[in-house]
Amino acid sequence: MSDASWLTKFPQMDRSDLLSIKKTLDGGFREFSRSYGDYIESFFDPLLYFLVWLEKLLLQSPWWLVIIVVTAIVFSATRSWKLCLSVVFAFLVIGYFGMWDNTMRTLSIITVCTLLSIALGIPIGILMARSDRMQSFVTPILDIMQTMPAFVYLIPVVMLLGIGKVPGVIAVIIYAIPPVIRLTNLGIRLVDKEVLEAATAFGASRSQRLWGVQLPLAMPTIMAGINQTIMMALAMVVIASMIGVKGLGQPVLKSITNQYFTLGLFNGLAIVALAIIFDRVSQAYAKRSQRHMGGNQHG
Amino acid sequence: MADPLIQIEGLYKIFGDDPLSVVPLVKEGKSKDDILAETGHAVGLKDINLSIHRGKIYVIMGLSGSGKSTLIRHFNRLIDPTQGRIMVDGVDVMTLSQDELEQFRRHKMSMVFQRFGLMPHHTVLENVAYGLTIQKVEKTAREKKATEWLETVGLGGYEKQYPSQLSGGQQQRVGLARALCTDAEILLMDEAFSALDPLIRSEMQDQLIELQEKLHKTIIFITHDLDEALRLGDRIAILKDGELVQEGAPEEILLSPKTDYVEAFVKDVNRARALTVETVMKPAACRITETTIGKALEQMKTFSGDYGYHISDDGYQGIILQETLETAVKEDANTEICEKQYEDVSSISPESVIEEVIPETLDTEYPLPVVNEEGDLQGQLSRASLAQVLGGPHSI
Ligand SMILES: Nc1ncnc2c1ncn2[C@@H]1O[C@H](COP(=O)(O)OP(=O)(O)OP(=O)(O)O)[C@@H](O)[C@H]1O
Ligand SMILES: [Mg+2]
Repeated sequence: MSDASWLTKFPQMDRSDLLSIKKTLDGGFREFSRSYGDYIESFFDPLLYFLVWLEKLLLQSPWWLVIIVVTAIVFSATRSWKLCLSVVFAFLVIGYFGMWDNTMRTLSIITVCTLLSIALGIPIGILMARSDRMQSFVTPILDIMQTMPAFVYLIPVVMLLGIGKVPGVIAVIIYAIPPVIRLTNLGIRLVDKEVLEAATAFGASRSQRLWGVQLPLAMPTIMAGINQTIMMALAMVVIASMIGVKGLGQPVLKSITNQYFTLGLFNGLAIVALAIIFDRVSQAYAKRSQRHMGGNQHG
Repeated sequence: MADPLIQIEGLYKIFGDDPLSVVPLVKEGKSKDDILAETGHAVGLKDINLSIHRGKIYVIMGLSGSGKSTLIRHFNRLIDPTQGRIMVDGVDVMTLSQDELEQFRRHKMSMVFQRFGLMPHHTVLENVAYGLTIQKVEKTAREKKATEWLETVGLGGYEKQYPSQLSGGQQQRVGLARALCTDAEILLMDEAFSALDPLIRSEMQDQLIELQEKLHKTIIFITHDLDEALRLGDRIAILKDGELVQEGAPEEILLSPKTDYVEAFVKDVNRARALTVETVMKPAACRITETTIGKALEQMKTFSGDYGYHISDDGYQGIILQETLETAVKEDANTEICEKQYEDVSSISPESVIEEVIPETLDTEYPLPVVNEEGDLQGQLSRASLAQVLGGPHSI
């Protein structure tokens, strides 16, 4: 009977073997984080200082100054009065409903995550566009980053760096960076071959081609990637709050455990408001800066 | 003739993973299709040898897929050859380092593209100045030069527009101005006018011819249109499946096609528009050099025809019939030949295309005298030779 049991029951690995694998891996990683955790933590110190500085700046500035500065940025990027008015209105409502401080925290962490994602993602995307081997190496990693449940990679990050802002930022970036990378790669690969060839024929060097032709022509696609990255980072804010990132995510988390529907709804709506503002502003900016490229790019 | 500016020797280009391994097969004479089926490699070019001289328009012609674009991209090494040598102005292009190659592309050659290849994010002016921007020429200097070239191609006033705001013809003028703006000696034009409609295309051809008269560049022009090739080319090379099947002056290609392929190509050409009088005229047999009527008549009687072209020290004077001389000789054989004995027949220029002279040739009973700008008789054009030429390659 025992020889036919594999037909009905999956021939599983021995329990004790499995356990020892888990133990070794966990133990190894724990060992690793114990011995190198401090180095790695100090490596991220500058990031932490910057995060704290930006958060303090936003929290300690008077609310009207923050609104003025944000509106000025929105206006210079989009030249749209309508959008500016909506932004002012959204911030006033958020403040009136007592979510100002948390919104500022979230704003600061999203800003940092977006900047870092762009700073890391665009160069990686460029490298991917340059070689097919790089592309076939990076693509599966991006797939994993996007499909792996966020909680799973929160574990090693927390083991290494503990709970706090920096691991939160890292988790958000892991989750949100793939679109910038993918779309930078795609955008550069889609650049009209003849335009690039023309640049080469006139003696443009590699960097002249990159800065003068490939990046500007790929910009609409890259902007779409940045836009998606921001959206995903905002979506990740709630999960990141589980590992100690303060902001709009924490009240949402609290309202789940305590079943405070209204609290959850308000803070959720504030996240949505931020998302809409980021989305509209980045799209309007992209449109404005690419208005001449319409008819010609793919034709 | 002086040394050629560009010389290509034994050029092979094979596309695929291991092109060198395929070269021997190509040399054995296996066909392009067989090689593709056997090895998965595409033969782009096969043993190309050609020389291009300074100041000429050299046309490379062939059907789609014959390797024209592949060939022209070897001149500035946008494509690297599998085997062979490319010499430009005494320099082996293959020996250039990346840096030298960039310098070479900046100063020696420029290129005009079929679909224009303009930068959509730059204004027309910035596009024209692109080559100079790459060379890091200072802004006011390059914009001044670009403005001049824009005016030369007839687009003054469009500086601030973007390419997408221009018509196809205008965009290609920008492409042409961009290529001319670097003052490169060699101009590569890959089907530069193929994307334009016929009217604009012939306008652009006129403009190119006009510019070339001033600039004397060495132009390599690619086209699949024989009429265009004949109109522009000083020499024409015909490619088929990556092989050079014939190379020569336009008349040579038209009048003595070497293979069936070339013949099929030239069959539909409007020869009356493509050939000049010079290429079909025959030597003028009946030249009358005497000055008096009597002597002239005697001279004429030695000819087979009953007409003659009167020539003095000042060159061609007019056409005289035997009949006229016979009447005049009865009055006085010793008077000199004068105006009133000449027939009312105009002479034609050796440079005119045949189409222009067809009516006159048909209207006149005698072969028309072909007289050049200096007034010398170059030859004669008869109805018979006209018929022969327009009849097609078989009749020659
Ligand atoms: N990158 C490439 N990889 C593989 N084969 C290629 C490549 N480029 C060109 N070829 C092959 O070389 C041949 C010649 O192509 P090419 O583009 O030079 O033709 P062409 O004469 O310019 O045609 P067209 O008039 O359509 O532009 C084609 O048949 C194609 O099979
Ligand atoms: Mg081509």
